[in-house]
Amino acid sequence: MGKFKDKRWAYLINFIAVCVLFISLTAVFNSGSLGTRSTYIKGIATTACYTIIVVASLNLLTGFMGEFSLGHAGFMSVGAYSSAIVTNALIGKGIPNLLLFIIALLVGGLAAAVTGVIVGAPTLRLRGDYLAIVTIAFAEIVRVTFCNLQITGGGRTMSGITKLSDFSSCFWVMVICVTCMYMYVRSRFGRTIVAIREDYIAAAASGINVTFYKVLTFTISAFFAGIGGAMYAHYMTAMIPTNFNFNYSAELLTEVIIGGTGSLTGSVIGAAFLSSLPELMRQFADYRMLVYSVVLLFVMIFKPSGIFGTYEFSLTGVVSKLFRKIKLGRASQ
Amino acid sequence: MSSTALFVQSLVNGLNQGAIYALIALGYTMVYGIIRMINFAHGDFIMVGSYTLFYTIPLMINAGMPAWMAVLAAVVVCTVVGVVVEVVAYRPVRGAGSMTALITALAMSLFLENLAMILFGANPKSVPSIFNLPSVKIFGARLQLNYVLTLGIGIVIMIALQLFVKNAKLGKAMRATPQDKQAATLMGINVNHIITITFAIGSALAGVAALMYCSTYPRCTTDMGSMMGLKAFIAAVLGGIGSIPGAMIGGLIVGLIEIFVKVYIAPGWYEAITYSVLIIVLIVKPSGILGKNISEKV
Repeated sequence: MGKFKDKRWAYLINFIAVCVLFISLTAVFNSGSLGTRSTYIKGIATTACYTIIVVASLNLLTGFMGEFSLGHAGFMSVGAYSSAIVTNALIGKGIPNLLLFIIALLVGGLAAAVTGVIVGAPTLRLRGDYLAIVTIAFAEIVRVTFCNLQITGGGRTMSGITKLSDFSSCFWVMVICVTCMYMYVRSRFGRTIVAIREDYIAAAASGINVTFYKVLTFTISAFFAGIGGAMYAHYMTAMIPTNFNFNYSAELLTEVIIGGTGSLTGSVIGAAFLSSLPELMRQFADYRMLVYSVVLLFVMIFKPSGIFGTYEFSLTGVVSKLFRKIKLGRASQ
Repeated sequence: MSSTALFVQSLVNGLNQGAIYALIALGYTMVYGIIRMINFAHGDFIMVGSYTLFYTIPLMINAGMPAWMAVLAAVVVCTVVGVVVEVVAYRPVRGAGSMTALITALAMSLFLENLAMILFGANPKSVPSIFNLPSVKIFGARLQLNYVLTLGIGIVIMIALQLFVKNAKLGKAMRATPQDKQAATLMGINVNHIITITFAIGSALAGVAALMYCSTYPRCTTDMGSMMGLKAFIAAVLGGIGSIPGAMIGGLIVGLIEIFVKVYIAPGWYEAITYSVLIIVLIVKPSGILGKNISEKV
C-alpha cells in the first residue's frame, strides 16, 4: 500500500498519466476525427496551456500567500513584449526554433521576475486592499509605457512575431511550470508562505522573514506569468498593450477564485475550462463576462474558497485507494 | 496663447477635472470609511447615472423642463442600484473578510459593466448638452461657468457631508459603526440600516458626479466607470481614505497632475505619472495626506 505513496512511484505514476493525456490529446488532434475544426481546437488547447500557467502563478499569490494581485496581466505583458523583442532580434541567426522558443520563455520569465522584484520589494509591506490598488497601478503604468515606447509598437499593434508556440511544446512547458509551482508550494517555502497567510504577525514572531518570503513568492509568481506572456506572444504573433488591461487581470483573478484559492488543481481545471468555454460557445461570447461575474458572485456568497477550495487532486492517492478496494474485495471472497 | 493664459487655462481645466474626481472620490471614501471595503462598483454607478442622463435628458427637454433636472432621475436610479447591490451582493459576504468583500465588489463591477454592454450596446452614446452657461475670459483663458459650478457643487457637498457626519445623529452612528460593530449594536444602532444608508448616500453622489462628468465630457461608454473609478479611488487614497476633506484634496491634486502633465510634460504619459504618484504616496505615507495612522494590533 505504502509503496504508491513513495515519492519515486508518485513521480512515475504522474509522469505516465501526463504522457497518456498528451498522447491521447495529440491522437485526437491528428486522427482527423475533429475534421476541419482540428487546428481550431488545437489552438484552444494552446490558449488553455498559457492561461493555466498564468492562473496557477496568480494562485501562488492569492491562494497560498493570501495577497492580491489585480495587475497580473502587467507581468504577462512584460514577459510577452520582452520575449517578442528578443526573438525579433535573434530570428534568422540560425538558432533552431525550439531553442529560440526556450530562450524567449526564459527572457520573458526573467524580465517579469525582475519587474516583480522592483514592484514587490517596496510595495509588499502594504497589505490587502492597498496592495491590490498598487498592483492595478503597476499594470496601468506598464500598459502606458508600452503604449508610448517605439520598440513595443508605440500604441499600435506589434505584429510579425514569429510563431513558435505550438500545442506540444506549450503542453510540456505548462506541465513543467505547474510541477515547479506545485513543488514550491509543497516545499519549506510553501509552508512558510501559508503560515504568513494564516497569521503574518505570528509568522514573524516565529522567526520568518515575512518580507523576504513575500517578495520571493511575488517574484516567482511574476516569473511564471512572464513565461505565460511569452507563450501568448509567440502564439498570437500580434498584440497591443490594451490586451493586458485591467479587465484581463480581473478575468485571471476570476478564474483563480472560481477554481479555488489555495488549490492548484482548481487553477488548472478552472483555467482550462474557463478559457475553452467561450471558444466553444462563440455565439454566447457577449454573455461570457456576465456569466463569469454572476458565477463569481455566487461562489463568493456560498463557497468563498472557490469550487475546489484547498483540495488537491492526487493521482497516487486515487491509485492506492483503488488497490486497497481490490485487496478488500479479494479478502472478502 | 500666451504662457500665462496657457497656465491659467490648465489650472482651470485641472480644477474642473479634479472636482469631478473629488465628487466620485467622496462616494468611495464614504463607503470605505464605514465598512472598510473598496466598492469597485462605485465607478459603474456613475456609468449607470450617465446612461440614465442619456435617456432622461430628451424627456426633460420635451417636457419643457431644464435639462439638468434629469439629475434627479440619475440620483434616484443610482441610489436604487447602490442599495440593491449592497443588499443582494455585499450584505451576505460582510462577515467573510476583506478579501471576499473585495472580490465581490469586483464581481459586481464586472456584472454591471457587462450588463450595460448587453443592454445599451458597445457603441458610445453622446449625451445632449446639459448647461448652456457662458464662459468668461480671465488672463486670456476661457473659464466655462459650468466648471465653476462643478467645483462649487463639489465643495458644497463636501462641507454638507462633513457637517452631517460630524454632527447629525445618523452621522454619529455612521462613525460609531466602523469603530466597534458590536458596541454600536448595543447602543441601539441598527448596523445593517446604517450601512444601507451609507450606500444610498454614496450612490446618490455618483448620480451628481455623473451629471458633472457628462456636462464636461458628453459621452458615455459602458467601460467609463472602471478607469474613472480607479482614478477617483486613487484620489481618495491620496487624500486619506475615509476622510471627507481628504477626498476633495486628493481629487483636485489628481486632476491638476493629469492636466499639467498632459500640457507641459508628456501627453501620452499622464496616466503613468498619476499612478506613480499613488504608489509613492502609498509607500511613503500609506494612510494618505489627511488620513489617520492606524497601527495594527495583535
